[in-house]
Formats: sequence, C-alpha cells, structure tokens
Amino acid sequence: MNVIVDREKGLLELEKRIAELRAANASQPLDMSPEIAALEQKYEEILREVFGRLSPWEKVNMARHPSRPTSLDYLSQLDRFDELHGDRHMRDDPAIVAGFAMLRGRPVMAIGQQRGRDTKENLRRNFGMVTPEGYRKVQRLAHTASRLRVPIVTFIDTKGADPGIASEEHSQSEAIARCLYEFTEARVPIVAAIIGEGGSGGALALGIADDVIMLEHSVYSVASPEGCAAILWGDATKAEEAASRLKLTAQDLQQFGIIDEIVPEPLGGAHRDPAGVVARVLGTMYAAVQRLSALAPETLREQRYRKYRRVGAWQVGRQETIGKSP
Amino acid sequence: MAIPEWLRIRRSRSDDGRDAALWSKCSKCGEVLYRRDLAANLFVCTKCGHHFRMTAFDRISTLIDGDFNEVGSEILPGDPLGWVDRKTYPVKLSGDREKSGLTEGVVCGFGQIGGHDVALGVMDFHFRGGTMGTVVGERIALLLEEALKRKVPCIIFTASGGARMEEGMFALMQMAKTTAAVARFVEDGNFFVTVLTDPTTGGVSASFAFESDVIIAEPKAMIGFAGRRVIEQTIRQKLPDQFQTAEFLLEKGHIDMVVDRHELKNTLVRLLEYVAVPA
Repeated sequence: MNVIVDREKGLLELEKRIAELRAANASQPLDMSPEIAALEQKYEEILREVFGRLSPWEKVNMARHPSRPTSLDYLSQLDRFDELHGDRHMRDDPAIVAGFAMLRGRPVMAIGQQRGRDTKENLRRNFGMVTPEGYRKVQRLAHTASRLRVPIVTFIDTKGADPGIASEEHSQSEAIARCLYEFTEARVPIVAAIIGEGGSGGALALGIADDVIMLEHSVYSVASPEGCAAILWGDATKAEEAASRLKLTAQDLQQFGIIDEIVPEPLGGAHRDPAGVVARVLGTMYAAVQRLSALAPETLREQRYRKYRRVGAWQVGRQETIGKSP
Repeated sequence: MAIPEWLRIRRSRSDDGRDAALWSKCSKCGEVLYRRDLAANLFVCTKCGHHFRMTAFDRISTLIDGDFNEVGSEILPGDPLGWVDRKTYPVKLSGDREKSGLTEGVVCGFGQIGGHDVALGVMDFHFRGGTMGTVVGERIALLLEEALKRKVPCIIFTASGGARMEEGMFALMQMAKTTAAVARFVEDGNFFVTVLTDPTTGGVSASFAFESDVIIAEPKAMIGFAGRRVIEQTIRQKLPDQFQTAEFLLEKGHIDMVVDRHELKNTLVRLLEYVAVPA
C-alpha cells in the first residue's frame, strides 16, 4: 500500500466536505462562511503537517504515486514528439518511449522510461521495468543523436531493470553496460531528469548526463529499498529502514554532488499541479541544453569524463594489507 | 613454480587461522581435499573439477610470471553515508580486512603473462562479496588509465555480488566511472579482456564485465544481472540449475568462451599474441 495515497484519503474526504458546504451555502440563507473558512484553514494545516516534511520512505512512496506525472506527460508537452520504435533486433519495448522531439524549438532526442497509469497499461509497459530490448533501443537512439549532433534528454522513472528470465537470456547486463558506454561517449549534451523512482542500474542506464535534474520528492538509489533490505538483511519488509539509510533523496544527492539541480514540487506532490511541474522541468532542461550546447563536443566529453571520474568517497592512506586493523 | 618474493611475504604474513586449515571440502561433490593438493591443482577439485573461488593473490600468482607491481593500494574506503545496521560500515570493513587479508575487493597492478606486459585487475569475493564500492571503481579506473598510458592490454577478473549497498549512490556511480575509463581505454585502440568468475552479477556485470573485447568465463560460474533469488521471487517459480551459468551464457551468445582454469593462462597468452604481433 502506498502511504501517500493512504494519507490523501483523509484529505480527500475533507476536500469533499468543504465543497459540499460551499455548494449548500450558496443555496441557503444561513451564512456558513466562517465554518467553511475554519475548515479550509484546518485543511491547509493538515496538508502542511502531512506533506511539509516527508521522510525518505514517504518520498519513495511519493515517487511511486500512481498519479505522479510520467514520461509521456512530459513528452506530450514538448512542441513536437515523433516516437521511434524498436531495437532493430527483437522487438519494441513499451517501457521505453523515445524519439525526436522539439524542446522549445530546439531539436532533441527524448528518451523516457514509461510506467503505466493504470493496471492495464502497467501490464503492457511492464511497470516501467525495461528489458534488454528497451535498453538496446536507447543505445541505438543515443548513438543516432550523437552522430547527428542532437542533444539527448532523458526522463527516468523505474523501479529497476526487468529481472525476468527472458531478460537474463537476452543479457540485461550487456544491454545496460552498452547504454552506459554510449552515454559516456556521446558527443552531444545530455540532460537527465529523475521524475519518479530512479532504481539502480536500470535507471543509471539513462542517467549518465552533463546535467542531472531531480524533482523534489523523487528518489534515486543503488537498489530499491526493498531490494537493499533483502540483500543486506534477508527481509524485504525492512524497506522503510533501508530507505532512511540509503540517502536516496534529491536533497542528499545534491549535497553529494551526484545530481545537479532540484525542481520544486507543490505541497502534496507533483500530481497536485502536473502542468506546472512538467513546465518547470522542461524549462530547466531547456536552460541546461542551451548552456551545454555552447561547449565544443570534445570539451563536453572531457567535462563529463572528469565528472564521473571523480565521483565517490575514499581516502588515500597506508594501511597494512594483512593483519589486524587498528 | 617458484613463488615470487611479494607473494611469499604476503603468505607468511597471512599464516593465520584461515590458512592453517589443512583440509577443504568441495561444495559440489563433498570430497575432502588436502589444501596443498587443492592449491597445486589451481583450486579445482581433483575429484569433480569444481572450480573453487580463488583469492585475488592466489589468482595473481597463478597468472603472473614474476613480479607484480600493485597500483591503487593506497586508495582506501570511506564511509560517505555513515552507514549503520547491525554493525557500522567501518566495522564490517575491518572484519573483512582481517578475514581476507585485503584492503578492498580488488587488487590491481602490472606484470607479465607469458612474457607479455599486462595490466591485471582481480576482484576477490572474500571481501564484502566482491561488491563494488568507491574503492573498487577507483582502482579499476586507475588501472585502465595507467594501462592506457603504457599502451598495454588490460585483463580484469570479476567476482562480485553487485553494487555495495553501504555506499549507496556512490557505489552505483562506480558503474559510470569504470565505464568511462573502459571507453577511453578501448577507443584508444587497446585490448581489453574480462574473465568472469563465480559469481559475477549486478553493477559489475552491467558495467565493465560486459564492455570488453573478449569475455571469458570459468566453468559453471554464475553470471547474470539480477540475482537468482530476485528472479525466483518475481516469477514465483524455481529456476533450472543451468540458468545463468557460464555455459548457459555461451549458448545464448553472450560470452566468447568458457575456459577451464588449467587452460586459462595459455588462453590469455594466445589472445595477447594476437595484439602483440604487428599486423
């Protein structure tokens, strides 16, 4: 159960009551405005209390919210989008939606992970979990974009790469590894936006970028909290604890220098003002693409190399290779 | 085979409880093997041919002709997330240091194999399950950069449970770092070989392990992206034994060859000869 959806239920009831009172107020002589105002104030208070400070686990749930804008909500707000299909080997993976697009008059190659907005679509799109064929479509289009000097923009929203039998048979490892390689080598600006859940290598496959944008309540993690808890403690139900340890929030990751920019969300999350959030993300992407397009391809690649070359936290020292530690 | 000086020193210093064990039991056939016989047979069961997991230094000593000059050993782990669960991350690390005699999950350096100069990186499953944190990524990137400068082929032995959870996103980012280093190395025209040993999964298999010119695997090595348990939980059924083995990957066309450990050095030398002789 999604904890955010759960909490919204109480608020929705209150919203309904206020609307009812308002309607009733208009059609009767007795003025109930003070009561309505009090209720509205209460509503605002609860909203702030519930959503003002989200814990990492709450953010995970927010990132997975069924009404949160998905890649297609962003792609549909571009000036133009011409979807391209297939990996040219096996099939077309509906968990990747990609193609040429115009971002405020500028040609881009837009690539997004697409989860379903209802059960039926989720089944078709495999809950946004990409298969090797999807990653090979990404590679192909990233390669084309690099050759044609068209900047790449990506929308990341996945629990992780598909962990099925067929995906292993078609080498999920190689498919992701080649995406990383293609993005590393691309001679064009790459701007990535984590719009929902950024789960593990399956997300990073679209995530090597010159500018990484994250929505305020998106998460980006080495493994899903459930996966991490299962790996470390053999117990997927400890996901909430894992979420708090993994430092997977946009705020943590900006501090670490792993992401570059945070786009704010309205109180209660992106789905409370989808149009506004989509416009803000696209605006931020456009500005980044413009900025990066001023750089020569080789400068861009050199910068990207240095950015990923230095990421990490280590110390340089001498330690006895063998024997007791201090 | 004469034991090189560097290895003799390490061995003498690691003569503790673990090495004092004289007997090892084969996890496949149950045969109890005298440890010295096992070592003489390159840690392959003399009865059933099961390939035991090797420590990095044992591996290096079976491949490198003489001296091995380590690089990156001064790079040591930090604790960027201040990780605590049952133990703190630094406590886990120091436990693994004692247990494995290693400072981290990979040993990198330069030496010769069959007279050919090579850069060699060997991951060791005995240190945090061979998981890739910052230090593994950093040492591998350094090895590739140095190999690029020297224009020598690079061989990396993988053994990994995936990304290291305790370093969070810093660990995931090592996939990007190692890939960036591989790309520079191979695009410059250098030869890159990976040898996948049991097990090679997750963030390591989905980065440099599968970015090489030639991919070799040891017999029966478990290789894949998702762990077996994860897949079984997802599809709610048991997987066949053969699934995700080296032989399975060979059949599916994802690796170049499966090579018995006794033939491994020869195979590497043969491959190195193709790039050593001017065309």
